[in-house]
Amino acid sequence: MPTTDEIFDKVRQTLTDALGVDDDEVTSEATLIGDLGAESIDFLDIVFRLEKNFDIKIPRGELFPESIASADSSFVQDGVVTDEGLANIRNSMPYADVDKLAEDPKVENVQDLFTVNMMVRFLEAKLAN
Amino acid sequence: MRWFWIDRFIEFESGSHARAIKNVTLAEEHLHDHFPGFPVMPGSLIIEGLAQTGGILLGENSNFEHIVILAKVPKMTFHSWACPGDSMIYSARLIDIRDEGGTVECTAHVGERLVADGEIMFAHLDQRDPQFGAIDQKNFVFSMNLLGILDVGRAGDGSASDAEDADS
Repeated sequence: MPTTDEIFDKVRQTLTDALGVDDDEVTSEATLIGDLGAESIDFLDIVFRLEKNFDIKIPRGELFPESIASADSSFVQDGVVTDEGLANIRNSMPYADVDKLAEDPKVENVQDLFTVNMMVRFLEAKLAN
Repeated sequence: MRWFWIDRFIEFESGSHARAIKNVTLAEEHLHDHFPGFPVMPGSLIIEGLAQTGGILLGENSNFEHIVILAKVPKMTFHSWACPGDSMIYSARLIDIRDEGGTVECTAHVGERLVADGEIMFAHLDQRDPQFGAIDQKNFVFSMNLLGILDVGRAGDGSASDAEDADS
């Protein structure tokens, strides 16, 4: 079982390869979309590379659930994620910092759940199994 | 103009690798502007040729069940250029194949000279996908009529094809 630092280093390598960013841009708190400029197709590429680099299988939607906000209309009201929506996100993304989103649950902040740290925590749990 | 950026396959190993020729000619209109007095094959069209080589390789692997679209170019480096009169050889090798798409590593050479090398990632799209209609046809790596290139490739060693044999 690799250490958190080892996982982080591999995630950093994965992201520099997939997104063409510099090593030092990939910090633990960096958001994939906002800070590292990831676009939709990059998420598929990142999952492919993680599977290869860590020799694991990541079922589709497990690391990056699709359309969290639009999954159910009761999850979003007036551009804000409802309590029900937050509960759903906690359930589908247990490794994300949902508390932070809950402080300012605007829909446009949902994408900030995708951080480097979230990926590392996901992989830690995945590799422990 | 037809959106063919390879002239024919010269090698095709299903599920593994393929090589195609692109003969650069001064008759190609874009070379008159790229650049005046110094015609060179645009890098973007070299990528398109590499994507057609790799995309058909990937599509053939699943018997063309999926539509293959160029999803992203994670890396591409241009080392040199190709001018009118040059025969460029595009090589593509599948390094990843899965349900959602695939990736090739590829090179372009003129003789021994390396023109470009990199990686291209493709995504599969099914016609029943709701997003299907939103995709511009130009993003498709191949349409069915481009697959005629494959037939030529099978006789690409210069030997007569079966059809010609039958006529003679």
